[in-house]
Amino acid sequence: MLIKRPGDILPSEITDESVYLQRREFLKRAGLASAGALAVHPLLASAAEPGPSGRELPAVQKSPYSTDAPANSWTDITTYNNYYEFGTDKDEPSRLAADFNPRPWTVAVNGACDKPGDYNYEDIIASHTLEERIYRLRCVEAWSMVIPWVGVPMASLLKRFEPNSNAKYVRFKTLHDPSRMPGQRRRTLDWPYVEGLTMEEAMHPLTLMAVGLYGRELPNQNGAPMRLIVPWKYGFKSIKAIVEISFTGKRPRGSWEQAIPEEYGFYANVNPEVSHPRWSQATERPIGAGLFASRKPTLMFNGYADQVAAMYTGLDLRRNY
Amino acid sequence: MKPGSKSFYRLTKPMLFLLCLLPLAYLVAAAFALAGFGLGANPVEELLHELGRWGLKFLLLSLSITPLRRRTGWNWLIGYRRMLGLFAFFYILLHFMVYAGLDQSLNFSAIGADILKRPYITLGMAGLLMLAPLAVTSTKGMMRRLGKRWQILHRLVYVIAIVGVWHFYWQVKLDTLEPTLYALVLAVLLGTRVYDAQMARLRQRARNG
Repeated sequence: MLIKRPGDILPSEITDESVYLQRREFLKRAGLASAGALAVHPLLASAAEPGPSGRELPAVQKSPYSTDAPANSWTDITTYNNYYEFGTDKDEPSRLAADFNPRPWTVAVNGACDKPGDYNYEDIIASHTLEERIYRLRCVEAWSMVIPWVGVPMASLLKRFEPNSNAKYVRFKTLHDPSRMPGQRRRTLDWPYVEGLTMEEAMHPLTLMAVGLYGRELPNQNGAPMRLIVPWKYGFKSIKAIVEISFTGKRPRGSWEQAIPEEYGFYANVNPEVSHPRWSQATERPIGAGLFASRKPTLMFNGYADQVAAMYTGLDLRRNY
Repeated sequence: MKPGSKSFYRLTKPMLFLLCLLPLAYLVAAAFALAGFGLGANPVEELLHELGRWGLKFLLLSLSITPLRRRTGWNWLIGYRRMLGLFAFFYILLHFMVYAGLDQSLNFSAIGADILKRPYITLGMAGLLMLAPLAVTSTKGMMRRLGKRWQILHRLVYVIAIVGVWHFYWQVKLDTLEPTLYALVLAVLLGTRVYDAQMARLRQRARNG
């Protein structure tokens, strides 16, 4: 018996790419640059693959920090993941994180701040307005995506813990629970995953605590329930499933820096001029462009130089990779 | 039908040939999203890596013929070795073509820089360049023409296999489990040869003594 899947879309219903592009051009010309964020979603409808799923997040605001580049599909973003806690293959997190339950969730806040303590997810997120931030993501492996995150500016989130003058850095930690994160049963990295930023970087308006994707709750394989997003740095800095936030005077050593210090540094700013010791960072492969698309040049600070370069004046970026 | 007989080869060789083409058929189907197959979000990388893996697998298969033949006495296995070796070359050549054509879009300055500056790519390129003369001299006519030198030349395959597995190992970001498995298989295949040679030497000495 032939059962027609309800999700099937007739070829006649699919938006032709040229029509789609014309529409974007029209929106731009009409001075509706911020509506570009809206134009992203019809892109999904044009592909015969599953659309966003999961609980919809309420009252998400658009942000001027969003790029108007077309976002990657839900499928690309949720099936091609580097998340070693759920396996080292790109397709493992989407399969092995399916049963992970990110609730209830508690975050320990400690170190140089006046409001330390254990906060649950709702304590941390509920009082903030959620924003959609469509950011470029550049992986250290030289591929890239455009992702419509939903989250809270890290600065407003951290300020509530009242960091004091001894706080020079913020260190983040991922959950360590091999019973729920099967990838942690092998010692690929030294668990738990740790990452850190300078206070200035953490408080930068582009830095985000993401809790959602495409207007929905963050899928497990993308770091549910909350993860860091630092769009001008290589993806490995943007630590997932955060359970601890520490304010410290000492520069944290991230997990990748600990594992291979000559290849992965503390700053990890996207930089086309400084190669990874084993491969070039000059170009990147845009995910979702298909088999016959060419690589494109990587931009300094992943295209966010205007906003972030000032933080690094006087810093030797070749040495501080 | 006796294994090793002409009619046996005439039947089994075309079958093996088709079997060896299966990975390619699958990858072509996946590349064009046929029969429900797909290459995932990063198709170029997937195609590149799969072709490289199959190249190495065929290289290891061709290297397993001799130890297997010695242990089982199935001398007719030798009749399939050339085909396996040529398929190794075929998949590795496709691997290089996908790298140069699809990944680098034939940007020869970028390819040149990669080969010179990235040691794992230097190794891979060296492996392919060493494999090419072996493929060219794989015919019966060439075997006859080169005589004893043919065997010496084709011992290069040991170096190529080491270089190939090393190339795989070196490009992995952190999790070296998979290339380590390839290295173990290669170590067994090369180790049995050393062992067999040693045993033959001892037997020879016993006979002489």
